[in-house]
Amino acid sequence: MSDNIRIVPDATCTFCGCVCDDMVLTVDLEHRRITKSENACVLGKAWFKEHGIEERPFALVGGREASTAEGVEAAAQILANAQFPVIYGLSDTTCEAQRVAVAIADMIGGNLDTTTSVCHGPTGIAFQAGGESTASLGEIKNRADLVVFWGGNPAEAHPRLFTRYAVTAKGMYIPNGKKDRTIVLVDVRRTPSTPVADIFIQVKPRSDFEVLWALRALVKGRKVDPSIEQRTGVSLAVLEDLAGRMKSCRYGALLFGMGLTMNRGRHFNAGALLALATDLNEFTHFVAKPVRGHGNVTGADNVVSWSTGFPFGVNFSRGYPRFNPGEFTTVDLLSRAEADAALIIASDPASNFPQAAIEHLKRIPVISLDPKLTHTGQISRVAFTTATYGINAPGTVYRMDDVPITLRPAFDSPYPSDEQVLAAIRDRVRELLGGNRPAISTRQPAAAAS
Amino acid sequence: MAVTMTLIGGRSSKQGTSLCAGKLGEEYLQISSTVEMNVEDMARLGLTNDSMVRLRTDVGEAVLRCKGRQTKDLPPGLLFMAYGPLSSQLMAGDTAATGMPISKNLDVEVEPVDGSAPSGE
Repeated sequence: MSDNIRIVPDATCTFCGCVCDDMVLTVDLEHRRITKSENACVLGKAWFKEHGIEERPFALVGGREASTAEGVEAAAQILANAQFPVIYGLSDTTCEAQRVAVAIADMIGGNLDTTTSVCHGPTGIAFQAGGESTASLGEIKNRADLVVFWGGNPAEAHPRLFTRYAVTAKGMYIPNGKKDRTIVLVDVRRTPSTPVADIFIQVKPRSDFEVLWALRALVKGRKVDPSIEQRTGVSLAVLEDLAGRMKSCRYGALLFGMGLTMNRGRHFNAGALLALATDLNEFTHFVAKPVRGHGNVTGADNVVSWSTGFPFGVNFSRGYPRFNPGEFTTVDLLSRAEADAALIIASDPASNFPQAAIEHLKRIPVISLDPKLTHTGQISRVAFTTATYGINAPGTVYRMDDVPITLRPAFDSPYPSDEQVLAAIRDRVRELLGGNRPAISTRQPAAAAS
Repeated sequence: MAVTMTLIGGRSSKQGTSLCAGKLGEEYLQISSTVEMNVEDMARLGLTNDSMVRLRTDVGEAVLRCKGRQTKDLPPGLLFMAYGPLSSQLMAGDTAATGMPISKNLDVEVEPVDGSAPSGE
């Protein structure tokens, strides 16, 4: 084998929340790119193929090419002088970088939020109201004989969820894989995921809550009026059949997507599904898991939770963490034009947020960290080029079932990691502020201070 | 003539692979500026594949390229588009105190337009 070719076994793909850790990568060290990614799905293959080293400036400051150190100085000045800075993103970087971002938010008395708030944030709210009957994907693989996918399209968003864990995978008590499982898929439209289902239930848009609540009633032996079909598009007979299957399976799993959380009802939809799983535990073992999108969005939830006590939408302006979705979540802060600076890590809100939020981002100084140029990078006052996590940068990520996995990078990058850039910003902000910024209640008004 | 339909934003395989190449790349921009529509609805509106349509909500509008889907895959009255800069044009900033803007099952006005290039405002 050539000296310029390296094989990396057991590497981890960080494209989606499956975080598959059985990749075998072939690396062309001379051209610093991955030429083959064995075991990867179509998304993983694109992820590895397209994350070679691009010739980009280490940083752009005001549109001018700059060094990382110059970018750090400019970023630190922005954050140290802002009154209501928001730190956002974090779902496509390591837990180690996330931890430094929390420290910066704490130090500057800022606002900390992750892409969870526009993903399964409503599920996080529902967890707090009703709890979670949880499991690892390994348990689902080995035990689940009934799997219900609700409001998601894993075939296109998480392709290996089917083959590694939840449909065709053979497990300890599921020796024949799909033959031993019943697969149900609930959605408003047919998707490439539909063919794997033994039972496809097509609900009318905006009626997931009603279907879930009717299932709760049926599971408890209550009467449901046949008019449920007019409201939801699903006949009572179909619902009774599903409720019966759920009660009589040995181990059931509800895997749900953003068809519930990005829809009218949001946390009520997710809460209804979690409550249904809880109800079913009176009859059998039933679990519910949100299917997570970005490679380390679950890590962001974990790091922010263990650091602050809350999973997202956290504000430090009073010197201690406060959680309030709608007040301290980034779409709201930007749409209401409240934030006066933004540090965006591994995320692209200038592409994905509502227009009102994007317009405010364009008005305030933005600092961004990303391996690639994005819409957010284009409007940033300071834009850092960073190494790609998992491919160049080491660290830890959490799979969607909260299992931590260590990354095995394939080759070095000339660019620093997110963690390194954030640590440098943290240290410089600390110098500028002389420690933590005082709580907002003790700060002098701007006029008096001048 | 504008008609009201229900728009679902979401992910697709091609959106996922093209964003790895870069969100400013031509493929990603093309995929995120295409709306899938039931073929019967398209015929009713006088549209064919690659016709342009304007989608309008209370907060914004976008012009997208049209692509037909059979009724078994996409029921009449339902639209699907991959997330991207143009889907953002149609989303409201109000999150009803949850942090989450509604991006699925949006009511949108749909009308055919002349022209050949997607756009948003």
